[in-house]
Amino acid sequence: MKAQLVSSPLAKAVAGVRWYLREIGGTARWEAYLEHCREHGHTPVSRGEFERARTDAKAAAPGARCC
Amino acid sequence: MATATTTSEPDEVDQPQTAPPRSRAGQVALWTGVSLVGAACWTVLAISRGESVSALWILFAALCSYAIAYRFYARFITYRVLRADDRRATPAERLENGSDYEVTDRRVLFGHHFAAIAGAGPLVGPVLAAQMGYLPGTIWIVVGVIFAGAVQDLVVLFFSMRRNGKSLGQMVREEIGVVGGIAALIAVFAIMIIILAVLALIVVNALAESPWGVFSIALTIPIALFMGVYLRFLRPGRVLETTAIGVVLLLAAIIGGGYVEQLGLAESLTLSKETLVIGLVVYGFVASVLPVWLLLTPRDYLSTFMKVGVIVLLAAALLLARPVLANDAITSFAREGNGPVFAGSLFPFVFITIACGALSGFHALISSGTTPKMVAKERQVRFIGYGGMLMESFVAISALIAASVIDQGLYYAMNAPAGATGGTPETAAAYVSGLGFPATPDALAAAAAAIQEPSIISRTGGAPTLAMGISQIFHEAFGGNMQAFWYHFAIMFEALFILTAVDAGTRVGRFMLQDTVGNVWPKFGDLTWRTGTYIASAVVVGAWGYFLYTGVTDPLGGINQLFPLFGIANQLLAAIALTLCTTLLIKHGKVKYAWVTGIPLAWDLIVTMAASWQKVFSSNPAIGYFAQASRYRDALASGQVLAPAKDAAQMQQVVTNSTTNGVLQSLFALLVIIVAANAALVIVRALRAGSLPTTEVPFERSQLVEPAGMVATAEEKEAVRQHVTAGGRVAGGGHGGGHR
Repeated sequence: MKAQLVSSPLAKAVAGVRWYLREIGGTARWEAYLEHCREHGHTPVSRGEFERARTDAKAAAPGARCC
Repeated sequence: MATATTTSEPDEVDQPQTAPPRSRAGQVALWTGVSLVGAACWTVLAISRGESVSALWILFAALCSYAIAYRFYARFITYRVLRADDRRATPAERLENGSDYEVTDRRVLFGHHFAAIAGAGPLVGPVLAAQMGYLPGTIWIVVGVIFAGAVQDLVVLFFSMRRNGKSLGQMVREEIGVVGGIAALIAVFAIMIIILAVLALIVVNALAESPWGVFSIALTIPIALFMGVYLRFLRPGRVLETTAIGVVLLLAAIIGGGYVEQLGLAESLTLSKETLVIGLVVYGFVASVLPVWLLLTPRDYLSTFMKVGVIVLLAAALLLARPVLANDAITSFAREGNGPVFAGSLFPFVFITIACGALSGFHALISSGTTPKMVAKERQVRFIGYGGMLMESFVAISALIAASVIDQGLYYAMNAPAGATGGTPETAAAYVSGLGFPATPDALAAAAAAIQEPSIISRTGGAPTLAMGISQIFHEAFGGNMQAFWYHFAIMFEALFILTAVDAGTRVGRFMLQDTVGNVWPKFGDLTWRTGTYIASAVVVGAWGYFLYTGVTDPLGGINQLFPLFGIANQLLAAIALTLCTTLLIKHGKVKYAWVTGIPLAWDLIVTMAASWQKVFSSNPAIGYFAQASRYRDALASGQVLAPAKDAAQMQQVVTNSTTNGVLQSLFALLVIIVAANAALVIVRALRAGSLPTTEVPFERSQLVEPAGMVATAEEKEAVRQHVTAGGRVAGGGHGGGHR
């Protein structure tokens, strides 16, 4: 990927932070889904539908938050 | 057939346990250096008495100890004791379903896991324990996390991962027995109620009579609702954008709070504790029946952001301000057990007051359940489980420092119960001066004025003290005339994730109740049945609401009555988790390594049983709940009124509260003894047989190649590169992509 081509430490750090934020924010997950659909020839659902389905599935098993 | 023992794994011997270090000499030099710095810091802390000691010694003693523990001990546990095996597919890989089972990049999962385990606990416990001096707390936080807390989190995470992410309760039932399982289930539920009540009590104490705080915290609800709607309908999936908007609104809410007086809201937002209790109970009920996307998820984003932001800021501010510790290394309260913040001597009470940050049983609920279903490779449990807990411990150390740099007269004026301080600057100054910490009424009034609060006398619960310490450190580090802003920023930070914990905890409690009652009355277990949901939520909210209410109205001060119960409960949960870990090590035939969880278990049992014993049987009314109840009952019978109670009704209240707390305390200890006894039977059978079958899922080969730690080694990078070239997949969003 692009991040492996850049060389300066600063650019690397910026790319790293950007990558982390995309991963943790869920953009990467959505893109992986689009790619998956392309590979298998499915028509992807809308972003809204995708995210709502994921949130609702997660809500079925709530995670505790510690004290 | 779901049973297998580790010995049945194929060709275990040829597994490359470690990659050869690139430069052995460099490694040796590095770790010798870290050890020397750490040893020097500890030496300074150990020998300094009565002189000014910089807080940085504590910080670096802790950091060096963490580094060494992570490098050597965590590695030993992961590779030698547990034999984490990267050739084995994790549940995330085998059962991937796009929702709960999901192969997740280790660094992303670390973030999720840390967000779930870190809450107000590591901030509050150390503040209260500062009454014993800074040294006992520092030693327990660092030694405790290395040998107990982080070990528990790591081992529970590993065993749950090997069982497809089973919960703690499920594992106890299947691996120890039905009796132990039922006891564990009741214990988990009861402990959760107490934890929620104490957390809510901390918020109430921080917000009572504080219009600025109430204004800011109340605004987080509409902010979160807006974020929820925005994220679900307007800009689905744009989590960072939504969080950024939320954070801006949040900061505006904190700044806006400074103008409550000008807005004419000061009077209507000056709420009594009782009013806040009602508000919180109603809020808890509504929040736990609303869909998660509307309130819980967005507020979780906000609190995570605040958490990470404050930790980074605090670490930076400590380095900039280099504050000097005002606290003694060890106070006389540690020896005599007569401290005003909580009663009891150093042993065992320091070890139960500081739970989160050193050893927190609650983490076992998170290490089993959500996180193990997302781990990409087995060896990553070291980074996620052990590393995540080290980070929480660092938060606890920062909190201890913040409480230890403020003037000690101020510390006791804030943390002693109102019955002792009398509630005014004059009486409080006289009281703390009598304790041996000189303070003047003017100084106490000035401290309140500096943070624009009406009063700082008896603002118990730990949160206001921590916020005071943080505001002082930030003020010193960053300058400007912003101490009041930093104080309310810190209060907001704590209140936010306490509210998230209350909301999430109520929901988890509700699900547990619905699930359990559903076994005998199936309709109640149906989560789509609204009436059932309302009943279960009301029961959970009512239970913690009761303790919260008794806490705020307790004439003796709720925090010093309930916090020991909370700490002991949390550590008893840890005892259940460590019992499970030890039993499993022995069932897997690893008796020679059973000490890894066995020693922290033994220590934890000694501490919790000693504390429970004292809280139940001590004849000192300041410590023993029943002794306290009978003292007030006797006085009541002879028509006396004992201070700090003001009338017969308050006397009766003390009798009732103390009796309830004593009964609960006994119940918790009893439940743990049942689990431990049941485990002992299983251990004896396992020792006789050499090993016993467990519910570990059989070996299945992994198709993933991933680095184990946060930073990939050269060998790991090369292995990933070859794997991707060959068309293999890696964790994270993109197929074969990602930054590494």
